Amino acid sequence: MHELSVTESILEIAATHARENNASKVTQINLVIGRLSSIIDDSVQFYWEAISEGSICEGSKLSFTRTSAVLRCTDCQHEYQIEIELTPCPHCGSYQTQIIGGEEFYVESIVIEKDQENK
Amino acid sequence: MMSSAKIAVVEKILSSNDRLAKITRDNLTARGVLGINLMASPGAGKTSFILETIKRTAGELNIGVIEGDTAPVTIDADKISAAGMPAVQINTGGDCHLDASMVADGISQLPLCNLDLLIVENVGNLICPAAWDLGTHINLLVASVPEGDDKPYKYPNIYRGLNVLVINKTDLQPYVQFNRDYFQKGVELLNPGLITFPVSCRTGEGFEAWIDWLKRQVIHK
Repeated sequence: MHELSVTESILEIAATHARENNASKVTQINLVIGRLSSIIDDSVQFYWEAISEGSICEGSKLSFTRTSAVLRCTDCQHEYQIEIELTPCPHCGSYQTQIIGGEEFYVESIVIEKDQENK
Repeated sequence: MMSSAKIAVVEKILSSNDRLAKITRDNLTARGVLGINLMASPGAGKTSFILETIKRTAGELNIGVIEGDTAPVTIDADKISAAGMPAVQINTGGDCHLDASMVADGISQLPLCNLDLLIVENVGNLICPAAWDLGTHINLLVASVPEGDDKPYKYPNIYRGLNVLVINKTDLQPYVQFNRDYFQKGVELLNPGLITFPVSCRTGEGFEAWIDWLKRQVIHK
């Protein structure tokens, strides 16, 4: 769906940090994406190859870390992982919950190469 | 000689959108304009709802409208202009949602200092608009009775981020399978206490309460 604009943002962030660190090349981008973020890894990967072409990130690898969706029951304070939305608390059966994990959506780090003479 | 290094970044992927959205929101706040991001599925009655709101606040509120569509049409903006309010049509070029830069561009074409309220009609879609902050103050969803009562369960992300919910087409309730209790239960689980206005753009039912609430929000801005 909106993976194209997401992929463009990833490139912008990676390229900015690469330039700030005098990189000659970016070889890997490490992303952290929560399970509740509606992003398809394969789709981002597909756009990445096209969008990064000719940039400092050309040929780099995207690495996805998917974090679990974790809810906290607001009735009994139990914290639990979910696979599907709107799963009741396994401890007390309540549906009154708040999300405490799974909405992450950030560039964690990049791996760069730099020419040592430029140091 | 090349060396390799890992550089910590920890930057939100949509951070540049979020930064621009904050600038837009500060700009609207400084000028005393309330911004509403109006979302819905296609056909829920977004434009009809805006037109009815304009009609019922005539002489009291100046409302600017940004119309987002994926296709290069001006159907919705033309309707708003015909109702006497300034409108800008934004075509996303196939994109499934508006973003902060499109809205900032739209705002630059509106007479902001004359406005009390800015309504941004997002692209008809229950998935993608939920992820993008546009720089408005209020997230509003227009749900509608014929869409079915299971939508909160199927599109939880959009319901979670709402400040106000409108249920349109209540006049069709006798003709379709829409269990209001089941629908409301889903909403309550995702967004406890969410303020909700059942309305019908066709009969006008429920509009009084919505308009009262809206005016209070504008005054408090």
